[in-house]
Amino acid sequence: MTALFRPDATVHLGVFYQGVNHTTIWSDPASGSQIDFETFRRLITTAERGLFDAFFLGEGLRLREQGGKILDLDIAGRPDAITQLAALAGITTNIGLVATQNTTYNEPVDLARRLSGLDVLSGGRAGWNVVTTDNAWTGENFRRGGYLDHADRYVRAGEFLDVARALWNAGGTPDSVRIQSSQFDIASAAPIPRSPQDHPVIFQAGDSSTGRDFAAQHADVIFSAHGTHFDDALDFANDIRARLVARGRPDDDIKILPGTQIVLADHERDVDEKVRWVKEGQFTGPTTLSIAGQVWGRDLSDRDPDGPLPTEDPIVSGVVGARGSAFNGIDVDARVREWRSLAEAKNLSLRQVVIETSARTGFAGTPSQVADELTRWVRGGASDGFNITPYLVPSGLDDIVDKLVPELQERGSYPAAYGGSTLREHLGLRRPSIGE
Amino acid sequence: MTRTVTLGFDVGVGSADGRAVAATVTAAENAGFGYVTFDDDDVATGGVDAVTRAAFVAATTSTVGLVATASTTYAEPFHLSSQLASLDYASRGRAGWVASRSLAPDVAAAWGREVVSADTDLVREQRDSVTVARGLWDSWEDDAVIRDFPTGRFLNQQKLHYVDFVGEEYSVKGPAIVPRPPQGQVVVFGRFGEIDADLLDVVLVENEADARAVTGAHVVLDVEAPGSPTAAAALVERIAALDDAIGGIRLRPDLIDDDLRVAARYVLPQLFERDLAHRPVPATTLRSTLGLARPVNRFEAAR
Ligand SMILES: Cc1cc2nc3c(=O)[nH]c(=O)nc-3n(C[C@H](O)[C@H](O)[C@H](O)COP(=O)(O)O)c2cc1C
Repeated sequence: MTALFRPDATVHLGVFYQGVNHTTIWSDPASGSQIDFETFRRLITTAERGLFDAFFLGEGLRLREQGGKILDLDIAGRPDAITQLAALAGITTNIGLVATQNTTYNEPVDLARRLSGLDVLSGGRAGWNVVTTDNAWTGENFRRGGYLDHADRYVRAGEFLDVARALWNAGGTPDSVRIQSSQFDIASAAPIPRSPQDHPVIFQAGDSSTGRDFAAQHADVIFSAHGTHFDDALDFANDIRARLVARGRPDDDIKILPGTQIVLADHERDVDEKVRWVKEGQFTGPTTLSIAGQVWGRDLSDRDPDGPLPTEDPIVSGVVGARGSAFNGIDVDARVREWRSLAEAKNLSLRQVVIETSARTGFAGTPSQVADELTRWVRGGASDGFNITPYLVPSGLDDIVDKLVPELQERGSYPAAYGGSTLREHLGLRRPSIGE
Repeated sequence: MTRTVTLGFDVGVGSADGRAVAATVTAAENAGFGYVTFDDDDVATGGVDAVTRAAFVAATTSTVGLVATASTTYAEPFHLSSQLASLDYASRGRAGWVASRSLAPDVAAAWGREVVSADTDLVREQRDSVTVARGLWDSWEDDAVIRDFPTGRFLNQQKLHYVDFVGEEYSVKGPAIVPRPPQGQVVVFGRFGEIDADLLDVVLVENEADARAVTGAHVVLDVEAPGSPTAAAALVERIAALDDAIGGIRLRPDLIDDDLRVAARYVLPQLFERDLAHRPVPATTLRSTLGLARPVNRFEAAR
């Protein structure tokens, strides 16, 4: 593991509005609606005041289920990303607008056109987080139904991007686009004018080896899951840099922005207490039992979350876990063994084990401490910045913008103003070469 | 008592310049139109799609209805229903949808699909799309989000419903990913003769004879926008003498911004003055502007 030394590097910040999750504490009185437009207005105007590069929306095209029923503990219900970002474009001037959109249940001409529409109307502020979705079950909401295995999804994703790029490159010209590939047979007039940043910025968020290669080939930015431990993030970043070089791209051609959470307290003595409050709000008793139930494949809702781990073996069958959850495809026996030894070693309750293993802690400290850490990460080459998921909606960015950002600015590791007007400029990305 | 008509203005396929789009829609709102319609050229000539343009002005306007044209022939109904529900949230209940068809074979080639051209097939796609979208809008009851602290439940499972649509070409499971839109159902517009009026809230007609053949929906007569004060005065008289079957008129301009200025100066003030039309009230929904009730959720009604 080689740490870099980048003394002038600055921290890039984005906000990731998850929309479906248990990391937003909805039980707090300060927690507002998850769907009203005012919530989004408040978050994005705060982020723009804090000179964030981007406001980012996730996507999931089927409500999650557990045991054949819709999962009722988690926050769910969110807007269509591009439509919502277009509305937010109308009330902001600088901040980037990134839509997570999958390539499995979309068609390129439609999605390329809609993304481009967002890009031109916003004056070059659109980004596209390319995802493939992790399950066929989502397909039951679409014309062709569930299809494509994991590997073929990335084949389709790659060819999808080729079509989108061809359409974007032809934008504003009389050229038409004709593409025949394993997944597509398309002939289209270029439907879309070019934006000031030429194309929407491409983000990628898959973590498998195929996903990382896909990023090295196609992405401008990676939204990674490596946002808690410096060494882990650095390993990931070095792996991506090696993959870039292997493809003939400069090793800094991709910006890496891990998803993370930031918990701030004014005084050092209050930090642990605040972290505990956040985690207990996120991992309520019922949520703990639901997560454990996903691992065990059993209904554990009658257990005591603050008691010991279930003594039964997990049921390993085709229906393990919640549909649409992070637990699909894991080695359940290994996970249970890991949890049991952790519980034994540290004398932890079920809830404490779930918190310890599932919570992406991210960063916690006083604004000054966290500013030091974020600066260290970026200057040490572990990431180029962070995508922050607020644990409170819509007020969760207030202390970050009011207290953390000024600390970063004082250290010279954060800009004092927006340097450009497009998302590509904010992120310091090169323009896509035409006809690439 | 004189009866009043609702007033719409078609802003066409429009511009790719956000500021120009916003200026036109704001001018229509200030003039007192009840809604604007955004046309969509179906990927053909370089325009931004109608839903995205409508969304772009949703948070900078406050009374004017935003009615986006979106074709039902090739698009995914699940995506369409989410987009339109989101437009309804962003505009606080001012979204509408002109559920149209794609006729040009180029569109099929761009989507990479076989051409849908037989009238029965176009009808089926249009009907199925609207049916699915309407089902999905009802798939969350209004009070599905419960935030029940004692049990830790955010949602009430009993108030979320699979739509289980099964058509000839595809099926859709549901529920929606967007909660029920503020208007309950986004206001669905369709052209006379294309789609069963039972599936529509508003039927667009070209003449008064067609208007008389519609039952159970708000009928809007499409008329050419006047280009001069004289033509404007004639239009005001025509509106004063309209058949009772017609609930509103939509102006279709030749030159959008010029015709909008003529309408704002020589048509709407005269209609308001004579009580032939009203300005929409602030914080209104498109449904209330059109005199349409907010529909009770089908699942609630069935209980
Ligand atoms: C940090 C992160 C965020 C993601 N966000 C989404 C999302 O919002 N919607 C979605 O459908 N998939 C999302 N994904 C899933 C990935 O795009 C991808 O489809 C999935 O991880 C399977 O690919 P992989 O095996 O390469 O990881 C996310 C993945 C990561 C690592």
